Amino acid sequence: MNAADLASTYDLVVIGGGPAGLAAAAVAARAGLSTVLFDENPGVGGQIYRAIASTPLKDRAILGDDYWAGEALAAEAGASGALIVTGATVWSLDPGLGVGVSIAGAARLIQARRIIIATGSLERPFPIDGWTLPGVMTAGAAQTALKAQGLVPDGCTTVLAGTGPLLWLLAAQIVRAGGKLDMLLDATPGANWQRAAIHLPDFVLSPYFSKGMSLLQEVRGRVPVVRVDGLKAVGEDRLREVVYRAKGREHRLAADLLLLHQGVVPNVNLALAAGVTHRWNERQLCFEPVVDADFATSVPGIAVAGDGAGIAGGAVAAERGRLAAIAAVRALDPSARVPDAQPIRQRLQREERGRAFLDWLYRPHDALRRPNGDTLVCRCEEVTARQVRDTARLGCEGPNQMKAFLRCGMGPCQGRLCGLTVTELIAAERGTTPEAVGYYRLRPPVKPITLGELASLPKSEAERKAVER
Amino acid sequence: MTRTADVVVIGGGIHGCSTALHLALRGLKPILVEKDYAGRHASGVNAGGVRQLARHVAEIPLSIASMALWERIEELVGDDCGFASHGTVLVAESEEELAGFRARVEDLRLKGFTHEELLDRRELKELVPAVSDHCPGGVVSRRDGAADPFRTTQAFRRRAVEKGAEIIEGVRVSGLARSGSAWRVETSDGPIEAPKVVNAAGAWADRIAAQLGEPVPLEVIAPMLMVTSRLPEFIAPVVILRSRKLSFKQLGNGTVVIGGGHLAEPHRDENRTVLDWPKLAISARTVWELFPVMREATIVRAWAGIEASMPDEIPVVGLSTTSEGVFHQFGFCGHGFQLGPATGAVMAELVATGSTNTPIDGLGIARFLPDRARPARS
Amino acid sequence: MFKRLVEGGTAVTLTVDGTPVEARAGDSVAAALLAAGIGHCRTTPVTGAPRAPYCLMGVCFDCLVTIDGVGSRQACLVPVRDGMTVESQQGKREAGR
Ligand SMILES: Cc1cc2nc3c(=O)[nH]c(=O)nc-3n(C[C@H](O)[C@H](O)[C@H](O)COP(=O)(O)OP(=O)(O)OC[C@H]3O[C@@H](n4cnc5c(N)ncnc54)[C@H](O)[C@@H]3O)c2cc1C
Ligand code: FES
Repeated sequence: MNAADLASTYDLVVIGGGPAGLAAAAVAARAGLSTVLFDENPGVGGQIYRAIASTPLKDRAILGDDYWAGEALAAEAGASGALIVTGATVWSLDPGLGVGVSIAGAARLIQARRIIIATGSLERPFPIDGWTLPGVMTAGAAQTALKAQGLVPDGCTTVLAGTGPLLWLLAAQIVRAGGKLDMLLDATPGANWQRAAIHLPDFVLSPYFSKGMSLLQEVRGRVPVVRVDGLKAVGEDRLREVVYRAKGREHRLAADLLLLHQGVVPNVNLALAAGVTHRWNERQLCFEPVVDADFATSVPGIAVAGDGAGIAGGAVAAERGRLAAIAAVRALDPSARVPDAQPIRQRLQREERGRAFLDWLYRPHDALRRPNGDTLVCRCEEVTARQVRDTARLGCEGPNQMKAFLRCGMGPCQGRLCGLTVTELIAAERGTTPEAVGYYRLRPPVKPITLGELASLPKSEAERKAVER
Repeated sequence: MTRTADVVVIGGGIHGCSTALHLALRGLKPILVEKDYAGRHASGVNAGGVRQLARHVAEIPLSIASMALWERIEELVGDDCGFASHGTVLVAESEEELAGFRARVEDLRLKGFTHEELLDRRELKELVPAVSDHCPGGVVSRRDGAADPFRTTQAFRRRAVEKGAEIIEGVRVSGLARSGSAWRVETSDGPIEAPKVVNAAGAWADRIAAQLGEPVPLEVIAPMLMVTSRLPEFIAPVVILRSRKLSFKQLGNGTVVIGGGHLAEPHRDENRTVLDWPKLAISARTVWELFPVMREATIVRAWAGIEASMPDEIPVVGLSTTSEGVFHQFGFCGHGFQLGPATGAVMAELVATGSTNTPIDGLGIARFLPDRARPARS
Repeated sequence: MFKRLVEGGTAVTLTVDGTPVEARAGDSVAAALLAAGIGHCRTTPVTGAPRAPYCLMGVCFDCLVTIDGVGSRQACLVPVRDGMTVESQQGKREAGR
């Protein structure tokens, strides 16, 4: 598929090929909408079903049933008549529903009548000393390497650290696969229990409960687990040691690979660049788009489905994708046949139950979200916590002004790895809330494109005329 | 409670902040009112070009006066504002174009302005080695340069406060009316009374002018810029083109800012702009042709700033024709950043003394009013 | 640091900074570098610090390398191809190489 082969207009453009995007594309295409789905990865599946069609891990026990559920979803989307384009990076989305996309080095602008953003989540920044050293990666990265290439940590000392359900899932997947995991440093704040406890009854009734309990047991049986409340990566040119604090004492552990994780947060870049209104979610400590029951946003024609609309997991993502697609079909072709929304809403409710408990229980430590001193906050421009705090103290009120002073958020990752940290640091220094501080004003391209790609955009009618004249 | 001041300055861009600073330096007490924060719009997000080159003759005196202030900007505001002077080069893409430039340079000389110098092919290559070989020459203004726009605007703001100005941000001016011998300025945070008012409200300034019975054909525009990731140094001066829209500069940190006046769609009531990618693609193609070394550079961000433009592409600077004590300072048409330092000084002089020695004829608001002889309303 | 759980698959050869590296069809360039035990893939343009792939999902941009002469490509999003040349990126990459 080349950029030039795309039609100039589609009824529905779905951005992201995880559960939300696949489910949305399937519903819409089957109802007769001309539908295209773009994903920048080489295959569909998103994070949870990464490489579902190509993973070399055929032993289904390693990744588990929850992973293989993605097969049916991918097949459904594949057979629906939707055009699925992988290796396609969407770099611009405007409020008029114009979409800029690059495929194999060539760019195109196309027009949509409806948009479903399904770009999912990314791992919350984990700004500790040394998190930029080679040898330190995210837990999600290790999981991606496992799913897509069948790679597991081996022949080295591997430490997994942080908090959240995915941390335990990854630990289980690594050990099931026969990979090496020497220690799990659990940085879940002990005090979280108090706030989480009132949601325990809902959690016990939710599908997460039994899965979660057996995961914990499985991991505890095979990997030493230590409760920590401080964490550092140490080394000159690469990771040499993990330094952690447990029961008030500092410990040093020689290590080659440190995998970090403290939850996932919505990937807001595309929605923000399109002008979608967001708000701060204090329970999940992140910004999320404001959406209605059909996942429509403040920008007419744009919906956000899946984890991009607030973290709730893969099964919920698919249901949200279906609802968003049903709404798109209803808006464009009221006579088309769509699945009944009611049972989907019920399933959504059932799945969402229990989320509050997990969110409160795994709410990451303040100190691991709001660093001090020379810890890098912005990996791209190498801006430290001290610089951000000092600048906030001198009167800098928001991330956009901070950007102008320190260049934090101005590198190629466009704030994805520092945005939340900068917002939280400013709020802490200025004694206000993240909601009041706000987030970076994001601008397209939401993913960098080369000048050559941009120059390759087909000339507009007007420009062609100007040249001919 | 009604607050009082000597002067109310409406708008916290570089112009408003500069005027507030110069008023404070004259011992007056200004209150500056800004609806967002200082430097939020055009002044904080522009391309940072500090250019005397290729200006309309009516602006040249202000531009030259500003250049003198830029060269001692640290003394003035206590921050170097990231100002670096490597000249601006206007590149000719054909012999025909170069002939036009030659005529302009000679004409300026006759008028007594010597800052623009003609370059032949060899001199152009020396100054801009990366330029494509099809360019036969150009014009240089050697003292020109570039600065960091947001930092500059903030530096003016900070120094103004240090010198006694009050700056109120997040507050909107909703109206103004005579109240005895003073002006009563209504804001979202209560009224302020002052004998003098400066309208430096940028892309929103026509609304203030209209309330004074001076409707102007202000057009809200949103010039677009893009910036690359950091590249090794390959070009020192700022480069601009005339026949195609391009301005091009590499900053000290290695990033390259590409602009030149292609416009986004502005929504001034929502502080929002919608980029026009087909037009940015034209800029990309222009750079592709002019600087082959840039072809694989990555564009990391594109944006637009909201600015006011006037039909004759020069600003409105001077006294109101209808309202005694009110002064206008807006409509800088996408090139007012460089003019900020001296225009503020001139406004402060006008406010304090009623006149100025810097020639600003040709910039008055009267040029847009149907009846130029209209008497001042009291 | 990493091992492959499943042997077999189609072998492909890349050249990484002049040295041949064995990879498998289906690898991303970043995964191939990790599997080959390559320590870092670039140094930063700001301080020259070494960096290696961090997120493997296209968001951190620490895996930027030059692939077949085109600089600043995200190694974790580009699938390997037999005969591909990969170069680590030192600081600000050279414009227009
Ligand atoms: C690293 C990581 C690991 C995780 N592992 C698990 C797990 O093992 N089990 C589990 O239950 N949950 C896991 N989660 C949570 C899980 O990802 C979500 O609950 C679920 O996948 C959400 O589905 P989605 O469709 O909303 O998003 P995703 O699955 O994230 O899909 C979004 C897709 O959009 C693409 N995309 C983004 N931006 C663009 C663009 N501009 N142009 C084109 N494409 C774009 C992305 O590449 C991605 O493929 C993980 C999350 C992360 C971040
Ligand atoms: S490893 Fe993070 S973008 Fe490739």
